[in-house]
Amino acid sequence: MNRKLKETFAGLVYLLPALILLAAFRFLPILFSVRISLYDWGMAGPKKFIGLENYAEVLTDPVFWKSLLHTGWYVFFSVPLMLFIALFIALLLNTRIKGLGIYRTVYYLPVVTSIVAVSIVWKWILHPERGLLNYLLSFIGVHGIGWLEDPRGLFAIIFAPLGIKLPEVLTGPSIAMVALIIMSVWKGIGYNVVIYLAGLQNIPAQYYEAAKIDGAGRLATFRNVTWPLISPTTFYILIISTIVTFETFAQVWIMTGPPPGGPLGTTKVVMYYFYEQSFELWRLGYGAAIAFFAFLIILALTIFQKTYLERRVHYA
Amino acid sequence: MPKPNFKLTPVHLILVGGGIFMLMPFGWMVLTSLKTPLEALRFPPTWLPEIWRFSNYREVFQEISYLRYFMNTVFITAVTLLGVFFTGILAAYAFARIEFWGREVLFMIFLALMMIPLPVYLVPSYMILFNLGWIDTYWAMIVPWMVNIFSIFMLRQHIKTLPQDLFDAAKIDGCSRFGTLWRIVVPLSKAPLITIGVFNIISSWNSFFWPLIVTHSDAIRPIQVGLAYFSREQSSNYTLLMAASTLTILPLVILFFFAQRHIIQSYIRTGLKE
Repeated sequence: MNRKLKETFAGLVYLLPALILLAAFRFLPILFSVRISLYDWGMAGPKKFIGLENYAEVLTDPVFWKSLLHTGWYVFFSVPLMLFIALFIALLLNTRIKGLGIYRTVYYLPVVTSIVAVSIVWKWILHPERGLLNYLLSFIGVHGIGWLEDPRGLFAIIFAPLGIKLPEVLTGPSIAMVALIIMSVWKGIGYNVVIYLAGLQNIPAQYYEAAKIDGAGRLATFRNVTWPLISPTTFYILIISTIVTFETFAQVWIMTGPPPGGPLGTTKVVMYYFYEQSFELWRLGYGAAIAFFAFLIILALTIFQKTYLERRVHYA
Repeated sequence: MPKPNFKLTPVHLILVGGGIFMLMPFGWMVLTSLKTPLEALRFPPTWLPEIWRFSNYREVFQEISYLRYFMNTVFITAVTLLGVFFTGILAAYAFARIEFWGREVLFMIFLALMMIPLPVYLVPSYMILFNLGWIDTYWAMIVPWMVNIFSIFMLRQHIKTLPQDLFDAAKIDGCSRFGTLWRIVVPLSKAPLITIGVFNIISSWNSFFWPLIVTHSDAIRPIQVGLAYFSREQSSNYTLLMAASTLTILPLVILFFFAQRHIIQSYIRTGLKE
């Protein structure tokens, strides 16, 4: 008993620096945020207790729901695109190819570079009149895409020639949002390639040999061997990418607008709306309530993926 | 890469094509940064600058307090990293080698805290920093980040794999607990410590959301926030923006080439990215 007490004391001493910092800047703030969200809390002036009113306001706030829809489109397009392109590249790289190291470096480079700098660079590349992308597209006969300035929805544009007018929730991501999606795929792909490569290298060679003996072609081998055996990695990437894309912020601050979130608010994502309410309008109580809902949604998505998709995951 | 027997198979063709797409933004950034403002705006654009204007880079330093931002970031990154090492080594050692009461529960709480997204604690953290009088000081950008749960986790996993014999031998030789940590554990943890170092340098260097919120004055801003405001104030000054972006990216690209293995390792083990 005496020894246990001594060990506990020693453990506490060693943990103290980390504990103090985590208590002050993580644990207490999380508890504190619950309290703030129950107040009409600005930077100056009296704070007023208003119960659950902030939460009720978030739920009836059309801008919040729109920001959620924009975030949804962003996640819905970015994540699968990133995942499948990365898997494709990882498969090509996993063939004992020459120059693997160089390819990996090249694909990985955007991951380590700052989001602020690459947002500035992409904004320039996406410039509607002087940008590199529209210049390159002009060679294949595509002209004058407005990129960050075009608020029209992708599906609305596709269906317009057919005379179909879509309701607002179905108009899809705006062209400006599509531009952000392109950049997020470019930025995030290298990370997924590296994770997939690590996963592919863990698949035992005998499975491929067995498939070969059974006369399976490339496609059959992929469908019956690689895809099921790589599913834990796919699952991991799915969860991480969903969280990361859901929390997108810097791109919107730098690339869109003015005002940011434009054109016509079509790139205003949840994180940006949270920032705007909390730190530009200084509605801190309301901001805390938004953050709480954002957290709930992320949590729900993760739990959903865990319960419904993990069943299909084969852990070897 | 192109060795004498290098053949451009379809696989290489696809990968090279993809690689060009990945590198194109960086190439365009550097090329624009070396043009005159007038040439940069020409359409159709020129590829190579007609006049190589290296003075754009000098102008960045004259136009904004770029050197100040840079030094701020170096200072913040360095001090934060020292803190991460200090809190991390001690905590990881405790979690791995001291059998104190409530260890497993506490460790689970640590891991759970790691999962909480930034916005949940951003508003109250701001208020706490405000009450401490730390808003718009270096402390606000350093102290809250001097502990990194993931680093503790990674180091703990490593220390757990060290053989018990080492610790027994140290005890028999009369080495104190702290002596064991300092003379045996730390020297045997070089690889994970380097990985932790590289990982934390990258995230401090690239950090944007937090410093954006806790700083107000120009003199205190780190590089990312300074660059972001520069891009808002002079949104059409493309040559200078590209030069400033190049300067901001460059230190990490250099670090990346030297410590590639460690960086990729650290990212494989984390699942954290901007």
